[in-house]
Amino acid sequence: MTNRRRPVSTRWIVYLVLVLGALFFLLPVYLVVVTAFKAPADIRLATAWHLPETWHPQSFVIAWEAFAPKLRNSMVLAVSATAIAAVLGSLNGYVLSKWRFRGANVIFPLMLFGMFIPYQAILIPLFGFLRDIGLYGTLQGLVLTHVVYGLPITTLIFRNFYAEIPDEMLEAGKIDGAGFFGLYWWIVFPLSVSGFVVVVIWQFTQIWNEFLFAVTLTRSATEPITVALAQLAGGEAVRWNLPMAGAILAALPTLIIYVVLGRYFIRGLLAGSVKG
Amino acid sequence: MRMKILLAFVLSVGLSVASAQELEIFSWWAGDEGPALDALIELYEAQYPNVVVENATVTGGAGVVARAVLKTRMLGGQPPDSFQVHAGEELIGTWVVANRMEDLTWLFEEEGWLDVFPPDLIDLISTDGGIWSVPVNIHRSNVMWFVPENLEAWGVDVPTTWDEFLEVCSSLQGQGVTPLVVGESWTVQHLWESVALAELGPDAYGQLWTGDLSFTDPSVVATWERFGEVMDCTNDDASGLSWQQATDRVVDGDAAFNVMGDWAAGYMVTTLGLEPGVDMGWAASPGTDGVFMVLSDSFGLPVGAPNRDEAIDWLRVVGSLEGQDAFNPLKGSIAPRLDSDLGRYNAYLQSAAEDFANDRQVGSLVHGTAAKESFMSEFATVMEIFLDTGSAQAAASAAEAVAIQTALGR
Amino acid sequence: MRRLTRDRLTAILMLSPSLILLAIFVYGFIGQTLYVSLTNWGRDPAQALALQPRLEFVWFENYARLFSGVLESRFRQDLVNLFFFTTFFIAGSLGLGLVFAIALDRDVKGEGFFRTVFLFPFALSFIVTGTVWRWMLQPQGGLNVLPTLVGLPRGDFAWLTSRERIWTFDWRSLPDITAVVIAAVLVLLTVMAWREGRRGRAATLAAAAALLSAWVATGAPGIELLPFPEGRGFNLALVGIIIAAIWQMSGYTMALYLASLRGVPEELRESARIDGGSELQVYRYVVFPLLGPITLSAMIILGHVSLKIFDLIFAMTGPDLATTSVPALLMYIRAFRANQFADGAAIAMVLLLMVATVIIPYLVTSLRGEVRR
Repeated sequence: MTNRRRPVSTRWIVYLVLVLGALFFLLPVYLVVVTAFKAPADIRLATAWHLPETWHPQSFVIAWEAFAPKLRNSMVLAVSATAIAAVLGSLNGYVLSKWRFRGANVIFPLMLFGMFIPYQAILIPLFGFLRDIGLYGTLQGLVLTHVVYGLPITTLIFRNFYAEIPDEMLEAGKIDGAGFFGLYWWIVFPLSVSGFVVVVIWQFTQIWNEFLFAVTLTRSATEPITVALAQLAGGEAVRWNLPMAGAILAALPTLIIYVVLGRYFIRGLLAGSVKG
Repeated sequence: MRMKILLAFVLSVGLSVASAQELEIFSWWAGDEGPALDALIELYEAQYPNVVVENATVTGGAGVVARAVLKTRMLGGQPPDSFQVHAGEELIGTWVVANRMEDLTWLFEEEGWLDVFPPDLIDLISTDGGIWSVPVNIHRSNVMWFVPENLEAWGVDVPTTWDEFLEVCSSLQGQGVTPLVVGESWTVQHLWESVALAELGPDAYGQLWTGDLSFTDPSVVATWERFGEVMDCTNDDASGLSWQQATDRVVDGDAAFNVMGDWAAGYMVTTLGLEPGVDMGWAASPGTDGVFMVLSDSFGLPVGAPNRDEAIDWLRVVGSLEGQDAFNPLKGSIAPRLDSDLGRYNAYLQSAAEDFANDRQVGSLVHGTAAKESFMSEFATVMEIFLDTGSAQAAASAAEAVAIQTALGR
Repeated sequence: MRRLTRDRLTAILMLSPSLILLAIFVYGFIGQTLYVSLTNWGRDPAQALALQPRLEFVWFENYARLFSGVLESRFRQDLVNLFFFTTFFIAGSLGLGLVFAIALDRDVKGEGFFRTVFLFPFALSFIVTGTVWRWMLQPQGGLNVLPTLVGLPRGDFAWLTSRERIWTFDWRSLPDITAVVIAAVLVLLTVMAWREGRRGRAATLAAAAALLSAWVATGAPGIELLPFPEGRGFNLALVGIIIAAIWQMSGYTMALYLASLRGVPEELRESARIDGGSELQVYRYVVFPLLGPITLSAMIILGHVSLKIFDLIFAMTGPDLATTSVPALLMYIRAFRANQFADGAAIAMVLLLMVATVIIPYLVTSLRGEVRR
């Protein structure tokens, strides 16, 4: 076989695979959108795939009314928990990569283990703890929870990120008389922008999508969107237009982030596998 | 200057929020059962216009999800001001024994409720230490629903015993109709309690919960066998259906019968707009004519309710004649109050009220009346063992094991 | 350089709040859960919801009951469900991810579009995915009626509501099955040790394998899990949940594989082609061996996601459908609805143990490798 170029015959197989794959991923999207725009009376199982006879956007209005406060809860929660965990993670990563101390090799894996545990294993004491300090049922309590369990991953990402900064730069800074915070503020932090973007996107998405803590630690006034959606879609006689419209509303923020900042999203995803 | 205006504005907003009173009501009446609760809340708001009512509902029939959320909140020290709870063991065996409820005897005396609620019902919500909740409705669990027109077309009569049902079962299946439709897990248990009542009769059925009749008694084993035969006549996509969707199957003519509590009447009349007795018909579930399997929703006052005064006013509305007659016609239930105005109720509810007055009454298992909640929640496991193995003996042994483990009847 | 300067002290001080928080929230709380799992919290309803519950210590009673109590069949079913879910979920996500990654790596038009489409579900929550797929998998609608659009007959698989079960086995034979599997692994290790010329180790391994086999052959004395047979197997209702999970996560493995494939030097492939290798052989002998480490990483990440799976099932089939339930879901229901906190804690500890056996070796080896680098 002298033809070192890929044989033409395999090209169409590749495209077939890709198109079938795209269908697999997009079919549910199609179904969600057409269902969300149908009038409740037009939704029949047998004609689920048909386009709406009349487009009926009211479901979004109803879902929005029900969800607006929950979306606000999720936004407050995700933004504040992400910001705090990112700042702490950045400092931790700086310490662990540039101020290595005896025992760091033991402490770091112990920290990392915290991001893998099934949270059921800490849920009962966590619940009791938040109750005892008066934060059960509040958004602050949920923020605290997400900050703490977000620390391992943010620390990990920043630590790996800062490992790329040459030690010589810091040495030069030290000679100029900069201390711990000086080095961080003038050298490390300015180089961290894309690290912050990666961490912020990752954590925001994770927290926005989280369910177990949300359902256990909040009450109806403070529950985030995932809990509200599970409520709307679960149990009762389901008119599927509302859950579908609700699912779209719940998914939009992270989807937008993903589409706009996909590159950083993938970096976060790779960082999540420890070695990157 | 601008700062001052801003400050004044902020202060006034803060004050106006602080002066509004609040009341949080917790229930699982969302969606189709919502209008009835809304009517009650409207009545409350009309009487107490300065109170903002937070209607916290958690969807899921029979409270399968709501109970988890409620308990989490109670454990978390953040009780709602008042919450829905089934009268009977769910109230007494779960909340009262844990000292989580306030005694309402004084309220019953003050409002004169001791004379207007049926004594049997008051027994259900009382212990030696007090009266613990205000009943808002009476539901019947053992009702079979159908569409008369469809039955005629299929050439089927309403069965009065399970034997008769099994006879029409194959004829219906031959016509491509599901003889009996069931839905998610708890609705299957709901069917079981009606079958068990029919097979055992009201006396023996009652003895199960007091511990006087063993679950491994041959008569009880036989109920499981009968239940298995009945289940052979049901749809195979049960677990995907809510109770409303199961009711829809009957209304749409995909299924002939459905055994469900009479909240199904509320759904069919209030939500679907059907005419009782014309578009839909009912009968006591096979073999249980003359017996009324009762369950009652009630509202209680948890210890530590943040807005206790508002909650007490809420309970006054819940127990009032006006409140009950606003709520129940929409909910598809009858008012527990003996002085209720039956003229406001539809044909089904009038017949239910008559049956309630004349029939023998027994308690529902699945809806928290008959047995303590620890038994009830483990009963799901028993059902699963039965559906899994198809063995009546295995189910009976498992039920007996649960009864021993949870000290049923003691 | 290692002496304790003020800056070094500041560094440790800056780290300590995080360390203290994690020490409490991770290790302290795990310890507390372990304690709760050894008590009877929840047995007595009066104590279950009491403000200051009085707990009694019962040692490992709760664990024993989970594995061999007649009434805990749901937990055992959940464990078996989890096993099958994990197996197929990982295999499916890796397989699909690899196929898509290879396809995308072949200079296709519209690569950016396809990549975006394959990965977007990863940005969604399991609740959204579950809600959507619950609608997709309605037995009389969704996927089942899709073929009718092109004139084909309707599908009739019951998806989430199916009660069918295949590959059934008796729970009581679990010790035997486990022992046989371990024995097989030991035999494999024996052969490997023998080939490496480590005779002593091979002998030890062979002896252990023989002992285990003998134990099984004599009817596994010493373990009596249940007094009667309990059928377990792969519940077909799980298939729908597995598909939804793969839909959500295969884009993730695709991204991992794609990053790795891009890291395979083109010269390596070229030289293999010059040596006369066909495209398949290039993958077989050059590319795939280089994907080993990332496959392991992906397996571990997916494995721990899978062991923790809870919200997807909650959204798809609710809390009470035993055929699709998993331990993580059961723990929530047990602890927070039935208020059997001790049982819930015991289930959580079993879960933790499973995750730890996967994660700890991974953390240790990957960080050790890092230090060496």
